[in-house]
Amino acid sequence: MSSPSSYLPIVIQTGVAIGFVALALGLSHLLGPKRKTTQKDETFECGIETQGNARFPVSVKYFLTAILFVLFDVEVIFFYPYAVNFKEMGAEGFIAVVSFVALFLAGFIYVWKKGAFEWER
Amino acid sequence: MLLTILGLPPAFLLLSFITILCALYVVTNTNPVYSVLALILAFFSISAHYVLLNAQFLAVVNLIVYAGAIMVLFLFVLMLLNLNKESEPIVKMGWHIGAAVTAGLLLVTLAAALHKSSEQIMRNPAEDIGLVKNLGKVLFTDYLVPFELSGILFLAAMVGAVLLGKKQTNSKENNNYSETSSQ
Repeated sequence: MSSPSSYLPIVIQTGVAIGFVALALGLSHLLGPKRKTTQKDETFECGIETQGNARFPVSVKYFLTAILFVLFDVEVIFFYPYAVNFKEMGAEGFIAVVSFVALFLAGFIYVWKKGAFEWER
Repeated sequence: MLLTILGLPPAFLLLSFITILCALYVVTNTNPVYSVLALILAFFSISAHYVLLNAQFLAVVNLIVYAGAIMVLFLFVLMLLNLNKESEPIVKMGWHIGAAVTAGLLLVTLAAALHKSSEQIMRNPAEDIGLVKNLGKVLFTDYLVPFELSGILFLAAMVGAVLLGKKQTNSKENNNYSETSSQ
């Protein structure tokens, strides 16, 4: 876990995974029979009929959820280098991380009280 | 041979080729959804660059935050826009030239600034500073103040996101945002 060359197994595994998927999909595409009709080429072959265009502007409330997810995602990432050094850091590191989390907790409570987690209709 | 003249590792050359190809596809493609998919590939290859530089924490964070979370935001931005053909604005030629000149100047500046240092780092990637353990030690001791300040920055980002994205209600029921507040 200390040099780039130790990532070689991951590279090999990725290569095998992509190769297998490409081979399986490519072969089935080449060998399989194809019957194309307008009904078969619909987005949902059986089920709900499609209505309108997929490209329509959606509400901004989805974006709010996504951006809050990103912020807390980044917070959790900072735990990773702390968890590796947990024992060596001792109380000092613990205080540092707790004060960092306290800021996020304040933000969490603010967001919660503002009702950003509630879905507007 | 060109590879030996440049004196760069072949893995780096291959990755750079993939990265630049993906980035060019992002810029030149007219379908924004395809551009986003190519951008994900570009982020993955940049992560591989970080692994080559032995910056493993950055590699993982780049995957989780950029390829995962930021791309979701990009897709949401695309979905917020109206991307139908008929509503596409016609951009004048002067804007194209201006953008090209600005980006070119930025490229020259970056290349000049990074010329010496990046070459040195690329040739000696054996430094262990990018490993998670060492990075954590530095982050929680020497760079503790910037780290805590970043927490305040996140707090500001949360407040800003709620302020911009949340529907404003009447001043009286500030704490009660439930179903009644649908103007």
